[in-house]
Order: sequence, then C-alpha cells, then structure tokens
Amino acid sequence: MAAYLIRRLVISALILLGVSFITFFLLFVLPADPVRQIAGRSATAEAVENIRQQLGLDQPFIVQYARYLGALVQGDMGRSYLQKTEVAELIWSRLPATLLLMAGAIFCELVLGLTMGIVAALWRGRALDQTLMVTSFVTVSAPQFVVSLLLLYVFAVKLGWFPIGGYGTFAHLVLPAVTLGILGSGWYSRMMRSSMIDVLRADYIRTARAKGLGRARIVLRHALPNAILPVIAMIGIDIGVFMGGIVVVESVFGWPGIGQLAWQAIQRVDIPIIMGVTLVSACAIVLGNLLADLIAPFIDPRIKLR
Amino acid sequence: MKKLLASTAVMLALALPGVAQEYTPDPAAKPGGTITITYKDDVATLDPAIGYDWQNWSMIKSLFDGLMDYTPGTTELRPGLAESYEISEDGLIYTFKLRAGVKFHNGREMTADDVKYSLDRVTNPATQSPGAGFFGAIAGFDAAGEGGLSGVEVVDPLTVKITLSRPDATFLHVMALNFASVVPKEAVDEAGADFGKKPVGTGAYKLAEWTLGQRLVFEKNADYWRPGVPFLDSIVFEVGQEPVVALLRLQNGEVDLPGDGIPPAKFQEVMADPAQAARVVQGGQLQTGYITLNVTTPPLDKVEVRKAINMAINKERITQIINGRAIPANQPLPPSMPGYTADYAGYPYDVEGAKKLLADAGLADGFETDLYVMNTDPNPRIAQAIQQDLAAIGITANIQNLAQANVIEAGGAGTAPMIWSGGMAWIADFPDPSNFYGPILGCAGAGEGGWNWSKFCDESLDAKAVEADSMFDPAKSADRLKLWSDVYMGVMEQAPWVPVFNEERYTMKSERMGGEDALYVDPVSIPVNYDYVWVKQ
Repeated sequence: MAAYLIRRLVISALILLGVSFITFFLLFVLPADPVRQIAGRSATAEAVENIRQQLGLDQPFIVQYARYLGALVQGDMGRSYLQKTEVAELIWSRLPATLLLMAGAIFCELVLGLTMGIVAALWRGRALDQTLMVTSFVTVSAPQFVVSLLLLYVFAVKLGWFPIGGYGTFAHLVLPAVTLGILGSGWYSRMMRSSMIDVLRADYIRTARAKGLGRARIVLRHALPNAILPVIAMIGIDIGVFMGGIVVVESVFGWPGIGQLAWQAIQRVDIPIIMGVTLVSACAIVLGNLLADLIAPFIDPRIKLR
Repeated sequence: MKKLLASTAVMLALALPGVAQEYTPDPAAKPGGTITITYKDDVATLDPAIGYDWQNWSMIKSLFDGLMDYTPGTTELRPGLAESYEISEDGLIYTFKLRAGVKFHNGREMTADDVKYSLDRVTNPATQSPGAGFFGAIAGFDAAGEGGLSGVEVVDPLTVKITLSRPDATFLHVMALNFASVVPKEAVDEAGADFGKKPVGTGAYKLAEWTLGQRLVFEKNADYWRPGVPFLDSIVFEVGQEPVVALLRLQNGEVDLPGDGIPPAKFQEVMADPAQAARVVQGGQLQTGYITLNVTTPPLDKVEVRKAINMAINKERITQIINGRAIPANQPLPPSMPGYTADYAGYPYDVEGAKKLLADAGLADGFETDLYVMNTDPNPRIAQAIQQDLAAIGITANIQNLAQANVIEAGGAGTAPMIWSGGMAWIADFPDPSNFYGPILGCAGAGEGGWNWSKFCDESLDAKAVEADSMFDPAKSADRLKLWSDVYMGVMEQAPWVPVFNEERYTMKSERMGGEDALYVDPVSIPVNYDYVWVKQ
C-alpha cells in the first residue's frame, strides 16, 4: 500500500510537470504578445521592450520555464501581469466558491445520474429505458447558457423561489448546482446503466436470484457496489472539470468561481493566471483520480493496490 | 536659460475656451442612498497608473483626482486639484497652483510633492503603466526612471511647474487623464504591487470593501474637497454577472445600473416597452468602428482598390446588425469630436462605381484576402456583412475569427490585410482630435507592434499633425481644429480605413436614479458620473 502510494505520487508529480511544460510551451508559441496587453495601445517600441525585459519575457523559452518552475517549487505562482496581484491570492479567493459548487453539482449529478442509470438498466429495452436514455442525450448536448438562463428565469425571476444569481447562502447554491447536475447527469446515467447491465448478467447475481432474494436486495446490496466502480473513477475526472471552471454557468449565476478568472486571463494573455489555474485544476484531476483508486478496494475487496 | 525664460515670459493667466465655468449640480439632488451596479468582467485593478479598462476607468475617476478634470456630462476641461494654472508664452511651461487643504483618504494633506511623485511614478518604466506614453511631451520623459522627471518641479508646497520639451496643445487633457491622478507616496510604498487593490486617493469616494471576484463597495468621502458632492452614501459594484441576468435583476428592482448596458438580444424588447424605454438614456460616444486596409499588402497598396472597398460597404446595413445603436461614419473622427468635418460627404455606397474602380486597377475579376475579426458578438456578424459586401464587387474575404489578443498581434505585426476594429478600437482617451491620429493613423503607430494596423504612414500628414499639436495658444484653437480637419481629410483621400460607424451609448437606469441625463452618458465617465448622480428614495 505504502509503496503503491509512493509510486502513484511520483507519477502524479511527473504528470504535473508534463502539464506545466506543455501549457507553458503553448503559451510561449501563442501568436499573442502579453507585453502588448500590459503596455497599452499608445506605448512606444522602447517601452514595450523595457517591460519585456522586466518580466524576463525576452529570455529563451527554457530559461523562462526554468524560472517559473524555480519560483513554483518555492510556492510562488507569480503575479498577474495585468492585475499585479498574487496569482495564489486570486485563485485562493475563488477556491471556496469553486469547491462548494463542485460539491453541490457532483451531488446533484450522482443523485440524478445514478437513479436514471439504475432504473434504465432494470427496465432495459422498455419504453422507460428509452425515454431516460434520450433524456440523458438531450441533457448532455443541451447548451449550458440556455439551460442556465431558463432555470434562472423560471425559478428565480418568475417564481421567486431562489435569488437571481449571486453567492453566499444555500439558496444561492441550489440553481447553479441543479443546472450542472442536470447537464452532467447524462454521463453518469449512461455509464451507470451499462455498468449495471454488465453486473446484472453476472453469475453471482443469477445465484442470488436463484436463492430467492428480493429484487431490491439484489440490486442494492449485490449489484450496486460492483456497478458503481467505474462511476467513482468518473468523479475523479469530474473534479478536474469543475476545478478548471464552468465559465458559462458561473457567469449566468454570478458565481465567483475559478472559471471566470481563467476565462478573462485567457482573453488577455495573462500567463501567470493561466498557468496557475491550469496547474491547480491538473492537481485536482490527478488527486481526484488517485483518491478514486484508493477508495476502490474498500468498495470491491477483489481490487488490490499494487 | 530656461529659468530666465520662465521669469521673464509674460504668463498667460487664463481660461482656455472650452474651460467651463463652475458647474451647478442638480438643485433637486438629495444626499444619501446606495446604488448597485453590475459588470460581467472582474475589476482588474484600481491603481490609476495601471487601470485602462471599460469598468475601472470611471471607478478610478471617483477614487482619485488629477490636476485637471471635466465638467460633468461634457468634454469641457475644468480645474481639478489645481486651483488655477498659467501657461508661459512659448507654451513650454505650465505652472499649476494647487488647492489648499485637500486631503487623501488616509487623512494626510495633498501637496506639490505628491503631484511630482505621481507623475514620476506613472512615467517610470518600472511601473509598467499603459498610459506612460501620454506624458511624452514632459521634459526628461525619455530619461524617466527611478530619478523621476526632470521637467516636473516643486516650487512650493502648493505650486508645481511642469516644463515640456515641445509645445503640446493636448497637455491639459493629458493632465485630466486617470494616469495623471495624484497618489500618496506612503500608501503606494506600503501596499507595493497591491496598491491597485488598496487604492488611496483624494476622490469623492473611497474603497470600503473588495471581495475578490464578487463585489466592491465604495463609500462617500465625507471630507471631499468639492462641496456638496458626492450625493450617494455608497456604491456597490457586483462583478461576474451576465448582462442578460443584470437586466432581469434591474427589472426586478435589485440593480440600478447594468454596467455592460442592454444586451443586444434584449434591446428591441426593452425599447418596445414604453416604461422601460423611458429609463434609457441615449448619447454620443467618442468612438469609431472601422476596417483597416493594410497599405503594404498588395493589392491593398493601390489607392483605387482601397477607395473601391470604401464604396462597397453598406454601412446602413451594418448599423442594423447592432440594432441601430450607431450612426454610419464617413471619416475617422466621431461627430461629437472637435475637428469633425461636418461638410464632408465621404465615399458613397456605390457597388457599380466600386467595381469600375477595381477594373481600373486591373482587378476586374476581384481578388482573395483575409478579414480579421475579434470573436465576440456582434463582431463576427459584422464581419459576415462586410464579407458579403465585398463579394458583391468580386472580392473574396476569408474571415479570421480570433481572440482579441491574437487579432491585435496580427494587426501590429502587419500580417492582417484587413481588420474589423470592433471590440478593440478606437474609443478616445480624451476629447481631442489628436487622440485619433498618432497611434492609429500616424507613422509612430505604423511600426512593428503598433496600433496603426493599416501601416499607413504619410510624412506630410504627420508634419501637419505635429504643427497642429504645437498650437497650444487657446486663441488659435479654431485654426488648430481646421488643421486637424485637413489631416483627416488627407487621410480619407488615401483611404487606409473604411470608417463604418460611430457607436451611440444607451444607458439604462432604475426608476429611483436621479440627475440630469447628461450624467448617464457622460463622455468621460462611463457608464455614469458617480460623483453627481443621486437616488430619489
């Protein structure tokens, strides 16, 4: 177990190093000059060059990358080019909102997705199954902007059950979390359905049935723990998606998450922020996956970590 | 020698034409109350040396003051922290007399040392101010650094003398820019790079709260040096909200001003409802939307081709794409800018004439080119309309739909044959015709990386521009504007641009907002002049 953990952590660190290198490289070759964004539209060529030197952007790629990494390992993510604020502070200030929305959204996704998936698997091939699968297809392909706005309009503006966007109380969380839950439930329901169908075909389920166990007991006690494994792996990936930010839903609901920060930084080539957000979300994906793998043996004792 | 000049020169103690008399605020205005304003984008910084965005420009104006200012709702200069000023006969020395007893938000009295410190700071390359270039006329600008500007001298605690290296008719406008705001050294030193998050100025409001990514609260500066203002107790800025949602909240009474305006998809609905339309204020804007034609890229290097393109664009139809929220343009300057040539007819919309010009240039079969455009609505739709207009005269334009930074890069590098300027350029920094020339049409901006995306450079027009800007004498103001008009007519003769439209501003406000309409379409403080608006209950 300890050896496994150490090996995984080393691999994780290598993955993060790779992510940082690729992102940094892409930003380096991008045909957009961050210095122009800082220097403003009336700047002279000398002023631009001066800023380029101050930021070390006149250096070769490998020097810039080494400097960035050097600062990073000392915990310094740098300062935003345009805001001049510490990147760590900018990300940190948005982290609570991001984590809260992530938790709420994954909860809604699981409740909706797992229920739909189990029901569809049990009634496989019937009208109910088909309806649910079409629904999941629709939710997965629905445009985020339209769904967010529709829910906001109906439940906040017309019915007045929830505030019209914002952040702070539980009531503020409900609509964005439910929106994301609906939009993401399709993935979970489809995965749950196929995984459940596989498990229901297994011999031990047939045995359980032959023993005369009740259907509910078979499904919940015997089938579900095994069927849910691939779904747990998916949560790990989902965490990364949420940490990278959900720009549209955040901006419709005025949710101060990390997505808006990343989006604005990308628009204006604010490299330190883009790097920071990318690395934080990559970290989350890596840790999420690691966590999912560590949990797996507790759910299915057949799995051994080596 | 310089000293001798200053002491013997007859000083012009004066008011420039266009420098207003004392402004009287709305007599019905009542103090008190709080308003809520929303923005989609986060506020990047409130450091006046750095801030150069749509949202923070007017916020900074309310937190800080410069030596000069504008009469609310107008483009007329008025003294700010300077009580009066004198210009030497040769136009090279500006002596500003400061108001006594003006206090920073930290309680300390503002003095001439602060003025010098602030100008030294903004021009120091280490500050990385996007506005440093505006101060290029101050003596010692090229050597500016830790040592400060040699051209700015403290005469006594309430007198600052600024020496220019060349006469600059726009200098008082420059001193009214946010970049010229006076900041206290000790507060900047204490906050360091975080000054933009912990601003301290002399303005009508002070920053009370800033929750990153969520909201900012400004509260009234009770010690403000202008008596009677501001009226509001506080202003809440909520950031990160979609314009459509902001409008819904306004309709629900939760928001007083949607900072990003009325979203295009909702514009007709709002204007069709008399109750809502009554709360919309319309006004001009010092903005021009244009297509740049790169004069170094064949076949756009031929003036006939550029004229043909000017005649091919249906500007009326393009203004309809943005719900008619603009008026068709025929020259670089917007109509509300001094120096605008009112009797110029511009190139007519004439498809047959355009085809004939193309044929004259030996391109009867047309040609293929690229049109760069920023990828946010409505710009791609406008680019499509341009593409169709060009197709009608045989030109195939491939649209390059890119992020803002990438379009700016291509424009600066000169690799873009044509660019639709929407979303990027050009809104005036200050209300003077000079501001529409240098960086975007003059030789200075035509170099690698400059904002003159046409790469248009005419030495004789540049010389005229320099001549115009050296006419600092207010008595020659009319001659100066005539000269500027000539410059822009000279530009149109060579057609490096297709001026397409001048945007109009439509500001929507809640029922309870008070104050004259001009404050809501203030040409300098966008979206509104926070210092003078008030609430009815």
